[in-house]
Amino acid sequence: MKRHDARDDGFDDFLDAIESGEGFYLECENGHGSLPPRRLCPHCGSDELAEVALPETGTIETFTVVRVAAPEFEADTPYVTAVVDFGGVRATGQMRGVEVDAVETGMEVEAGIGETETTGERILVFHPR
Amino acid sequence: MTGVRVAGVGLTHFGSHPERTGRDLFAEASATALDDAGIDRSLVEQLNYGNFMGELSEHQGHQGPLMAEAAGLDAPATRYESACASSGVAVREAVKDVRNGEADVVLVGGAERMNNLGTAKTTEALAIAADDLYEVRAGMTFPAAYALMAQAYFEQYGGSREDLAEIAVKNHDNALGNEFAQFQREISVEDALDAPMVADPLGLYDACPITDGASAIVLVSDEFAEQHDLDAPVSITGTGQGGDKMALQDREYLARTPAAEKAAEEAYDDAGIDATDVSVAEVHDCFTIAEVLALEALDFYAQGEAIGAAARGETTRDGGLPINLSGGLKAKGHPVGATGTSQITELTRLLRGDHHNSDAVDGDVGVAHNAGGTVASTTVHVLEVNQ
Repeated sequence: MKRHDARDDGFDDFLDAIESGEGFYLECENGHGSLPPRRLCPHCGSDELAEVALPETGTIETFTVVRVAAPEFEADTPYVTAVVDFGGVRATGQMRGVEVDAVETGMEVEAGIGETETTGERILVFHPR
Repeated sequence: MTGVRVAGVGLTHFGSHPERTGRDLFAEASATALDDAGIDRSLVEQLNYGNFMGELSEHQGHQGPLMAEAAGLDAPATRYESACASSGVAVREAVKDVRNGEADVVLVGGAERMNNLGTAKTTEALAIAADDLYEVRAGMTFPAAYALMAQAYFEQYGGSREDLAEIAVKNHDNALGNEFAQFQREISVEDALDAPMVADPLGLYDACPITDGASAIVLVSDEFAEQHDLDAPVSITGTGQGGDKMALQDREYLARTPAAEKAAEEAYDDAGIDATDVSVAEVHDCFTIAEVLALEALDFYAQGEAIGAAARGETTRDGGLPINLSGGLKAKGHPVGATGTSQITELTRLLRGDHHNSDAVDGDVGVAHNAGGTVASTTVHVLEVNQ
């Protein structure tokens, strides 16, 4: 179920693209990456934004094991939230397919789509490569 | 341009007050501040009020006029919302108005009611200060966000959970004797390390508590203080504000807080001082790692070097630069909308000599650092005892 219809559009497009194996991000003429929805580059204000293929793998730049969650994620704990660097852009999601205590900074991962345990909402996930 | 004096300050007890509403808390803090200033409330020209989650916790928006009523004012009132920096921003706008001659007497304050939501709902409510699409939906909570920064800091500069525990121990120690503090009990490094984990590497004792409370200050122009023969020895001589990308993933740095660096630089320039002039600071230690990031952003330490400051005794009560002599957010409590003005309250009392920890202050320059979200908004203020 959508939480906020209008705001979800760009985000859902991004998740759909990841799900169909055609993940992308936005890149401005100056080479800054960002995730949709955007009208302007958040780094330089350029309005020349093009969709660029998300690299197949990224590396975990930082992560945490969440043990106390908000109600929407209560049944998911413990889970790993990670910020992954894909080169042109970073993305935040949950690690899957690995024990929470085995996650490490620098681990190579690929992006996918999963569901939360608590609400069944779609979510950006990462799997070890 | 006139100078801006802190004529009076007021706080409620910070803690769990399930029987009290936000308006009742602010009524108390504002009355205390006006009594402390010795100013009749009819002279107050405007209220600048900070609050973050009133819609969620009390089903109450538009809190400016409501809180003016609670404070007994017949004056225009505006609510400022900038997450946990809400009342820091309210102070900055008040300083500008007094300097510009728009007003001679401004009541600034904030309040937050949080305990009535319970831990899980409060966690959810605080999370809306992060990017809903790209952070909250990935299950990021505020402890998790600061844990991501802590992990990045450890990776880049080193540091350990013990170093963070020493910060918690120090701030609890500072709160002993602070009648307004939520926690007035000592903890040990072992207590902190043995506490349940919240978001690795942060445990329960690395986090500030959920707090109900209010704070208020009365700011006046130099001329008003003189005309009314006010005893107001402390002035706000510098103000600065900085911003950063909302989501951590879009930031240039994960182990630095440039918004606070910018705010500090601006505030120091405004006051005509530098970091070496500062005698005491109240910094936004919502999590232990946040104090480390603040000390580096305020230029008290180089990047990567503040992590052991508490353990080395440099920022303790008897150290060279005592930090969070109130107990900080960690032990004093963090009613988010009230925190910015509460820091100014503590510093004012520390500098004018009527704080339980005033003896620890050697000098007459204080700095308040108030951060919103994962430091996407920050204000820094410089307070000085008039020469």
